Amino acid sequence: MQIFAFYLFASIVIASAAFCIFVRNPVHSVLWLILAFFNAAGLMLLVGAEFIAALLVIVYVGAVAVLFLFVVMMLDIDFAELRAGFMKNLPLGLLLALVLMAEIIFGIGAWSAGGMGEATAVVGPQAGGPSNIEALGTLLYTKYVFLFEAAGLVLLVAMVGAIVLTNRKRGGVRVQNIQSQVRRQPEDATRNEQPEVGKGVEL
Amino acid sequence: MIGIEHYLVVSSILFVMGMLGIFLNRKNIIIILMAIELILLSVNLNLVAFSAFLGDMTGQIFAMFVLTVAAGEAAIGLAILVIYFRQRGTIAVDDVNRMKG
Repeated sequence: MQIFAFYLFASIVIASAAFCIFVRNPVHSVLWLILAFFNAAGLMLLVGAEFIAALLVIVYVGAVAVLFLFVVMMLDIDFAELRAGFMKNLPLGLLLALVLMAEIIFGIGAWSAGGMGEATAVVGPQAGGPSNIEALGTLLYTKYVFLFEAAGLVLLVAMVGAIVLTNRKRGGVRVQNIQSQVRRQPEDATRNEQPEVGKGVEL
Repeated sequence: MIGIEHYLVVSSILFVMGMLGIFLNRKNIIIILMAIELILLSVNLNLVAFSAFLGDMTGQIFAMFVLTVAAGEAAIGLAILVIYFRQRGTIAVDDVNRMKG
């Protein structure tokens, strides 16, 4: 069962990553990316990392992918023109990818052949021990608490940076001036008049 | 039985896919950013696999930090993309030469 799930998730994540970089329409590309994230979360779930899997779905699918989708749809871009160099780069790119792939597979083969300490298989949540989230939280708030704060700082800087970059002053927009509103007194703004009949009031 | 090698192969294929995406879509910076996300995803998968198979939680902690940095990077990258588009009306990264670097 676990083997079947692994191969299902792995094949879908690889296929959707391939579709993500090969399809013509960037909106479809983002949707394939979302599928890839979901299946990678499934892969992480299989190995017992529940919290990272949930985080992947929440952060990537819920925030990053939606941000991508928003930008792709907001910008009015001629995507056909941007694909001009695709065919020209294809042979060299594929060659480089294959070489890198072969190197990595060779490295994994050499590593798993032994000599550098064999990995002991402890897959999935151990019975009796603390749950994944519990163990992660214990570690995160004790040993890695400063790193955790630093991560928060990174997010804060990213948020401020994104707002500062994209915020722009618009001309011809009436904005609220709080000082002048506070300074305004009743006697400056109103007048009490008693006009004669038929005369009217001069404004 | 699924071993750690299976996970390493999947994540390396994902990594190469991301690299290929950067190579093939040289002009479209949105796809390049998505390919970078794929690369970071493969790194995360690698970290989580090692963390689970070696029985050490530190890998998952580190995967969380990678996730944080990836989210910040996507936000800043897309913000730069939006202001660049506002200025130039295109996002072709081939002719980004304003700073003559």
